Amino acid sequence: MLRFALACLMLLAAPVMAQFRVEVTGVGMTQMPIVVAPFKGETTSPQKLSSIVQADLERSGQFKGLDAGAATLDELSRPDWSAWRQRSADALLGGSMTRLADGRFDIRARLWDVVRGQERGEFRNTVPAADLRQAAHRLADWVYQQLTGTPGAFATRIAYVTKAGGRYTLWVADSDGEGAQAALSSPEPIISPSWSPQGTHLAYVSFETRKPVIYVHEIASGQRRVIANFRGSNSAPAWSPDGSSLVASLSREGGSQLFRVDLASGEARRLASSAGIDTEPAFSADGTALYFVSDRGGSPQIYRMPAQGGPAERVTFNGNYNISPAPSPDGRWLAYISRIGGQFRLQLMDLASGQSTALTDTSADERPSFAPNSRLIVYATVAQGREALMTTTLDGRIKARLVGQGGDIREPDWGPARP
Amino acid sequence: MRLSFLSALLLTALLAGCSSGVKLSDVPVEDKSASPRVTAGTGANASGVGGGQNNAQTGVANVTAEKSAPGMGPAGVSHVVLFDYDSFVVRADARSVIEAHARFLQANRQRKAMLEGHTDERGGREYNLALGQKRAEAVQRALVLLGVPESQVEAVSYGKEKPAAQGADEAAFAKNRRVEFKY
Repeated sequence: MLRFALACLMLLAAPVMAQFRVEVTGVGMTQMPIVVAPFKGETTSPQKLSSIVQADLERSGQFKGLDAGAATLDELSRPDWSAWRQRSADALLGGSMTRLADGRFDIRARLWDVVRGQERGEFRNTVPAADLRQAAHRLADWVYQQLTGTPGAFATRIAYVTKAGGRYTLWVADSDGEGAQAALSSPEPIISPSWSPQGTHLAYVSFETRKPVIYVHEIASGQRRVIANFRGSNSAPAWSPDGSSLVASLSREGGSQLFRVDLASGEARRLASSAGIDTEPAFSADGTALYFVSDRGGSPQIYRMPAQGGPAERVTFNGNYNISPAPSPDGRWLAYISRIGGQFRLQLMDLASGQSTALTDTSADERPSFAPNSRLIVYATVAQGREALMTTTLDGRIKARLVGQGGDIREPDWGPARP
Repeated sequence: MRLSFLSALLLTALLAGCSSGVKLSDVPVEDKSASPRVTAGTGANASGVGGGQNNAQTGVANVTAEKSAPGMGPAGVSHVVLFDYDSFVVRADARSVIEAHARFLQANRQRKAMLEGHTDERGGREYNLALGQKRAEAVQRALVLLGVPESQVEAVSYGKEKPAAQGADEAAFAKNRRVEFKY
């Protein structure tokens, strides 16, 4: 039994350490023009709700935000339809935020269909000041659902790692990269954060004991547990859909091989045997299969096998380096990274046809992860000499860079939908 | 000595694809010393009604990890073994270094060495971790073939996380494809 002690210091919650801004590049085919008017009361509030909502909608690639001009509008207004039509707006969102006696904020918004000249619906949410960004994302989700018929995924969280000044920090942030809060900071690398199915825990690999060890970390309390600290390297954790176990790559028996580690007992059961490397397991959307990377055929390729282990079939055939499989939650797509002519690029495979397309023209893409509504992918890349996170639509047309201050940003993982 | 070392290398190459012996599993350790703190303003509770508290739903407690200190290995000997591109074969020019560490470990049976595999920066983090593991295990096999008990050396990998040299050129890559001895 290997024993070690971790000294953990209490740190006061640092205010937002990583500031981001969204840079949308590219033009989508059909973008709905929408006006998100400044909310009544937001100039004196801690968060500018309308800006957050508009940035969310634009990042989805399906909306084009229009300037509200000098117009003031809240949920009680009666819109001047002809004026908004002149601005080419198809939809209009207005609202207010009011500070209540107990310090919470009452948020109200109304969505109008400008083309038809009628109301689409009303949104209400009362939240503490610390949850204002979350409320803005919920509002963006509601607008997105109203206008596209698809659930939004803005009120979700992403995890990522920064490296700055020789320190590594694991962050939990809003889906737009902002509102980041540090979950773990360490002088040694942290890689491969992976959200639990309920969004309450992160599994990750930390090198703080001078070797890769898998931890499970409860986000709200900071309580964490060593899950795999076997002889050799322990890496690439992926949660089973029921949250009771992790599949991971362990070298305890030599090589890098896939095991299922039961969270309650800590027991590890080998899932497959190959002469080479097996790593980066990822459960299929329905939980019945595991995608993983193996060099059993001579070069790293993506394979699929039954989740309990069994015969593996090869999934990628183009090129000699295909890694980091990320299946979409709707079961239709597989995002992965391919090396083409020395460039590492994000690819998207239509699982029904097996056809892949490149989504980027960058050269060092890593670790894609789908939004829970399967409409956006977050991935790491290098831009202007810095490690950065990007989101892209599935057609590759709309990309948004989540730009941080100070340090390299890497290893994103998009969390599940929140109740 | 030269012959025995070369045969050791040959055996290492032959064994490269085989699994080493099965180790008893280490029982995962519960991290009892973690001292989670819920900091002001980031409580974990959902917002209540009329409580007047700003209980956020988005609480994230911050934990700080500390690393353990390394020990001393053999003096006057390199602690680094370099590898060729895309290769996991121990090079002939690594002979004297590996032999020196083997002598040190045999003379100090209570000491243990970590063999840290590393790669250059190209490619994915997890796949590079697995590649670094292959390099570390190749050095481990060379040591075992020189008579070092397997229990005295542990092969682990840092992948591309800890480059020895910064830079995106071949000169840096060559320094980063390595196994380091850590005591």
